[in-house]
Amino acid sequence: MKSLKNHFSLIAALFTILFTVQVYQILERSINSYEESLRANYSIVLIANSILDEASIKSRFSLVRSLEEISPEKVIKRLEKEMDKTSLGLLRASLPKFYKISLEHYPQPEEVDILSSQLENMKQIKRVENYAQTHDQIYKLLLLYKGITQVFAIAIFVVTLLLIAKEMRIWQFQHAERMNIMALFGAPIMLRSAVLFRLAILDAIIAATLLLSTFTFLKNGEWLQGYFSDLNIHVNIFNYSHDTFLHFGIALTLSIILSVMLVINHKEEV
Amino acid sequence: MDKVIIAKDLTLSYNNNETIINQSNFDINSGEFVFITGASGSGKSTLLKSLYGALEPKQGELSVGGVQMSDISTKKLNFLRRHVGIVFQDYKLIKEWTIEKNVMLPLIISGYAKDVSEIQVQKLLTHVKLNHQLGKYPLELSGGEQQRVAMARALAHNPIIILADEPTGNLDDYSAQVIWNLLEGACTQLKTTVVVVTHHIPETMKIDYKHLHIEYGSIYEVS
Repeated sequence: MKSLKNHFSLIAALFTILFTVQVYQILERSINSYEESLRANYSIVLIANSILDEASIKSRFSLVRSLEEISPEKVIKRLEKEMDKTSLGLLRASLPKFYKISLEHYPQPEEVDILSSQLENMKQIKRVENYAQTHDQIYKLLLLYKGITQVFAIAIFVVTLLLIAKEMRIWQFQHAERMNIMALFGAPIMLRSAVLFRLAILDAIIAATLLLSTFTFLKNGEWLQGYFSDLNIHVNIFNYSHDTFLHFGIALTLSIILSVMLVINHKEEV
Repeated sequence: MDKVIIAKDLTLSYNNNETIINQSNFDINSGEFVFITGASGSGKSTLLKSLYGALEPKQGELSVGGVQMSDISTKKLNFLRRHVGIVFQDYKLIKEWTIEKNVMLPLIISGYAKDVSEIQVQKLLTHVKLNHQLGKYPLELSGGEQQRVAMARALAHNPIIILADEPTGNLDDYSAQVIWNLLEGACTQLKTTVVVVTHHIPETMKIDYKHLHIEYGSIYEVS
């Protein structure tokens, strides 16, 4: 019973670490997804004296994904009732060219500033509108979310790791007697610690399997997916190939490292 | 006759530098039954510890089964211990293992095949009259029965030496006699060297034995 309790403690601690890692991954994926949707909607507007060549702009600025001309016809149509054809013709001829630039990725504020100033230095371009202030606010908010999540994740990770180390210390006392007896009969260190490693590996597998089950349940549950859909964010809550490998790797690595530490610190009774 | 244990000017002490055994000489022949006696705290158990490598000699030489015990490597020590059987007053059985698995321990360590080990364990548990207790755990047995399990374990791998530290210290007269008979049997039938640390040499001993006594840090043979 006592032994089961100790197993449960290690499994629970490992599960907490894995859960934290997965929640952090989901948050990062949702932030990335949100960044992607912001990127798709974000654009810089250029006002130019003459026609701009998309290929030449793209070759000059690697951040630029596309250059699209904005037609002024919509605005001119609205004026058709108020102005005669000659005036409209003159207006059409005197209007500058409007362009919309889409970017390769969601830019950092500094990238926007550099791109804007470089574009403004081009002779054909009269004005650049980058909506930098709005963009800056959203981006800083995202960074804040990321930072807070990172701090929490690290704090939980460290606290849980300390709990595991304490748990393993109890294991050390439990296994010390058996290890000492085996040593008296000439068992090499690997054989003496085999039970310890076997139990640690078993607990790591149980913890990772529990996590896999929990997130399979959450992934198939409609409420969480619905919540993300409402935010217009498409997140893969659990990527089976990547996340399974990652969690089994973390759980096994942690439990093996801690077991090795116990074996190294074990001193034979004299 | 081959000497299986040789001590020359042997000095033993713990970390606090208090000398327990001081420049003592003795030797033990192969197949001999040896008692080590002395008052409480005289250094009997300390001497036994040095014989199974739990304490290295501070000075002098100690050879057990041809292995020098000074600066002994872990590999050599493990090798030596695989040829020694040890019996303790507090049995030192693994509580979470059945008695069969406890007896099998030296065979597992020495790499015996499972079927060979199982036959050997059955034979030994019958020999110590515990074949009716199969599947039980140490704490389900009496002290005398636990010590018989420990004896079976010490004999399992046909050791060249059996070291016993007050093996009957916690037992009633009947159980103690069973243990003495088993130790005598190991010496006479299997020709195993037996070294026993004890307060009292039993009067019922049927075989010749050597008697080493420890007093004031010196070891001398009692004739």
